[in-house]
This record gives sequence, C-alpha cells and structure tokens, in this order.
Amino acid sequence: MANQVYMDFEKPLMELEKKIEELAELSREMDLSKEIAKLEKRAEEMRSEIFSNLSRWQTAQIARHINRPFTLDYLKLIFTDFTELHGDRLFGDDHAIVGGLARLDGEAVMVIGHQKGRDTKEKVFRNFGMPNPEGYRKALRLMLMAQQFGLPIITFVDTPGAFPGIGAEERGQAEAIARNLREMAGLTVPIIVVITGEGGSGGALAIAVGDRVLMLEHSVYAVISPEGCAAILWSDGTKGAQAAEALKPTAKDIRELDVIDEILPEPLGGAHRDHEAMAKTLHEALSRNLKELKGKSGEQLVEERYQKFRKMSRFVE
Amino acid sequence: MAWFKRDKAPMAVKDEKKVKVPEGLWTKCPSCGESLITKDLEANLNVCPKCGHHFRISARRRIDLLLDAGSFSEYDAGMVSVDFLDFKDSKSYQSRIDAAVAKGGSKDAIICGSGEMEGLKVQLAVFDFSFMGGSMGSVVGEKITRAIERGLEEGTPVIVVSASGGARMQESILSLMQMAKTSAALAKLKAKGLPFISILTDPTTGGVTASFAMLGDLNIAEPKALIGFAGPRVIEQTIRAKLPEGFQRAEYLLEHGMLDMIVERSEMKATLHRVLTMLCRVAA
Repeated sequence: MANQVYMDFEKPLMELEKKIEELAELSREMDLSKEIAKLEKRAEEMRSEIFSNLSRWQTAQIARHINRPFTLDYLKLIFTDFTELHGDRLFGDDHAIVGGLARLDGEAVMVIGHQKGRDTKEKVFRNFGMPNPEGYRKALRLMLMAQQFGLPIITFVDTPGAFPGIGAEERGQAEAIARNLREMAGLTVPIIVVITGEGGSGGALAIAVGDRVLMLEHSVYAVISPEGCAAILWSDGTKGAQAAEALKPTAKDIRELDVIDEILPEPLGGAHRDHEAMAKTLHEALSRNLKELKGKSGEQLVEERYQKFRKMSRFVE
Repeated sequence: MAWFKRDKAPMAVKDEKKVKVPEGLWTKCPSCGESLITKDLEANLNVCPKCGHHFRISARRRIDLLLDAGSFSEYDAGMVSVDFLDFKDSKSYQSRIDAAVAKGGSKDAIICGSGEMEGLKVQLAVFDFSFMGGSMGSVVGEKITRAIERGLEEGTPVIVVSASGGARMQESILSLMQMAKTSAALAKLKAKGLPFISILTDPTTGGVTASFAMLGDLNIAEPKALIGFAGPRVIEQTIRAKLPEGFQRAEYLLEHGMLDMIVERSEMKATLHRVLTMLCRVAA
C-alpha cells in the first residue's frame, strides 16, 4: 500500500516492502517477477511472524494507528443512507463523537461512535477522539431516540479517554458518563458495541454498555491508558510498554475475563492495511448478531443485559 | 536566606528533659494550621472547631455517625479481592491486598449493611479510603450492587458514602465494568421508585464519580470535598494552565449544578432523615 505508515516493530518489514516496490519500479525495464515473488513470500512470512507474536504494547500501537479505520470509515463501507445528527440540545455539538441514522442491510439503525482525525487539522477538530460531556449527552439523546422509534443501536468505540479539561469537568463529564451507563442498561432496543481501536476508560464505557460487545483483534480496552497507568504507578509516563503488559488490555486478555463476546479477526498486518476487508468482517458480525437480538423482547434484552454485566467480577468470599 | 546566622552549635537538650508528648495527642489542621487536641477533635466529629475543615474519617466512624446506635448489621464482610491478572508494579497486587487487610480495618475498600436512621430502615455502603485509596475493584462493585439489590428486595432507600480515588487499576477492565454494573443496578432501583442518595466526601474522583456517585436522586457533599473525574494534576498537565481557585471542590460543583447541597457532618444524619421520609412518604 502506498503511503504506508509503519510502526517501530515493523522496521524489517518496511525495508523489505520498500525493496519490493523498488524492484517493481525496475521491472518495467526487465523481468524481475521471480525476485519479486521471492521477496513477497518472505514479506508475507515476516508479516505473519510479527503479527502472531505481538506484545501488548505493540497491539496498543496498532489500535492507535493513524490509518486505522474510524467510525466514519465504517459508516461509508458498511452502511447506507447515513444521515448525521448533531448536538446534545443542552450546550453544543461534540465532534469527538458522531452519530446518526443509517441503514444496515437495508434496515434502519442508529449508529454512534468516537471519531478521530487523520491530519493535524482534523485531529484538532475531533479533539483527538476525546469527548467532552456534550458527546456523551448527544449519544444518549440519539440512543433514546432510537428507543422511541424501535431502532437497534450500534456503537463504535475508539477513544484514548474522556477529555481532561476544565470545561469538561465544569459541565459534569462524570455525571454525563454515569447517566449513560444507567440509561443504556435500561434501553429496550438491541445494542451492539464494537471496540474498534482504543477503548479508553470511562470515555469508552459511556457508549459501551450493550447486549453484545465485539472487539477487533488488535484493539485494546482498559480502565486507564498505559501511559496514564505508568504515570501513576511509576511516576513515569514513558513506561507505557510495562504498564500495557500489566493492564492486559488486548482482545484476547479481555475475552478470557468474559467481558467481550467475540473477537473479530483483522487482515494480516492490521485493519489499517485493508479497510474493505475489515469492514466486510465487521459487517458480517453486525448482521449476524443483530439477527440474533431482534427476536428478543425489550424486557428480555434489559434483563439479559443486566445479568451480563452483573457477572463481571472476580473475588472470593 | 536566614537573617540571623547561628555561630555556635545549638545547645544540646538532654533526652530525659524533653517533654514527652504521646503520639497522636495533638493533630494539626491541614487547612488553618491550628493545633488541636485529638480527643476534642474527635468529639467534634473530626471537624476543625476553628475553620470547619472536615477531616477524613473511617468507614466505621461514619456508620456510627449516620445510623442509630446498634442498628447496623453488616453484609458481605468476608468478601476479598483476588489478583486475577497477576498485576505487578513495584509490588504485586496480591501483596498490596494482603498489606491493606493486615491493617486490621475492613477486608476491602467498602463496608455495607443495613441499619436504621431515626427508625427508618436504609441500606448503607461506606467507602474506606484507608484501604488502597478507596479504589473500586470487583469487591467494591459487587458489594454496592448487592446493597442496591437488597434495597430492591426490601423496598428500602440506598445510601452510598463515597471516598475514593476511582477505579482500581490493578483489576484493569473488570474495575471499569464495576461502573457499568453498579449503574445498571441503579437503573432498576430508579424504575422501582426507590430513593438513592449519594454522599460525596473528600475525595471522590475517577470511575466512582463517573458512575453511582453522580447518580443520586440527591447528590450531597461534605464541605470542601474534592470531587471530579480527571485528577487535577492530569488536567493541569493536559491544558498546561493553572486551575481556577477552588476547582473541583464541593462548593465549585454546587455552583456548577452538580450537587443538590453541601451538608456539614454534624447535620448529615438529620438532613438525610428529613429528605428520605419525604421521598418515602413517611409521616414526620
């Protein structure tokens, strides 16, 4: 892929892929297909070797990759008729959370998700995917609307966390997150949550209480970011790698604790390498899960959702 | 720089001549600096008689202050945390749990039970800040959820007194899920029309604030309590600016519409009883 952004641990792969590109350039003048095929095979092996032995910190890097598909990318690739709806009707419109009506397989749904930016300007516009209280309140407004019209809710989670700002505190971000947790628990329509990138703490959970919680293979989900954790435990925010190991935030880790229902495999090298392939996998999973949930009554959904989260703990007595 | 310099070595004071002050006889008020006789301070509900500073108090003492004498019966006292992630920083989580339990207070960061408040039955959950900073892991989340469920079964109001640094990092994703679990239980309580009162004491931050602590039908704070989601240091580092005076203090939150009222410790029980009897439509 052109303009590939490589992560540190992909360096040997980067060199190899560059060489392949160079050879491809040269092959206009002479036949190098044999050499190229050989290198392609080597690259493929290297890719599967790197990506089957990822450390938790490396996984966190993939989860944050700049070219990773974001909510609006999935909206284009999976849904039709997306109509964005803005504002919390209380204070403003948060650009770090987007939402609106859309069709999945022709049927109307409400889609809500965190949104990050790719270039500097958009990153700032999206506040790096860190919501203010208005984001959670907009999300709740749309979820209640979905309930009113009997539409299933699909949320995409991808945020470093809630925005630690003065205004966010003054306008009650804790209250906004808390309210969403309580209200989502009681919604009588199906809710499917997908952790697509970074599931960062309360800012993630505020739209992540669902009947099904799916997680992309290289996404992460934790109570605090590795850097934040390191800053508290070792007073050193650069020890993120160590903290990531301790927090066990990968899809595999989370699955073992029964917090998620399903891990969605990513294309080799990560979702950022092939948006279409990732979207296809995600589309299939959404359709399948929604079909299962649609037969349930509102009351049944609420009770099963309660029991699902009720069980999430480990202790002895 | 000192104005006067001491040329000679200070006079040696012989040990036996020192006036021996028994440990803990005096307590210095961190707010006004006044030296207070600890016994007097305790008699004054651990509130500085000079400036009104509310000292942090233990969960047991809080229960004594809120409930009728002898009415408290504790639930789930034996529940303990486990280090299911094998979490290690400078020490392992297990060794931190063991050390906190060995202090001899409670077995985790919360004490729950039922009791009576001027004869009115309530479910009461009180955080113990001295146990790992009152952090919420599986045990805290489970005990609060059970307290709410008991409220549902018995048709009684539920009161949670928070004093917590937030979610317990050592339980990573499961501590985050306690926020969802406790809030979901509150959804049920609300649907059944039973009151939930959240009392926020110094400090109440992080995932505790962003779940049940902000979901009270009434949110009541003690004076000057630190209440927020993000820690002040994190905010300062993010925005690279100084925080406004009184930021994240109870008075500041009251002004921003997040609290119903600030109530002094000496008035808490009477206030709770007054509002609960009205919410539960009990005759005065």
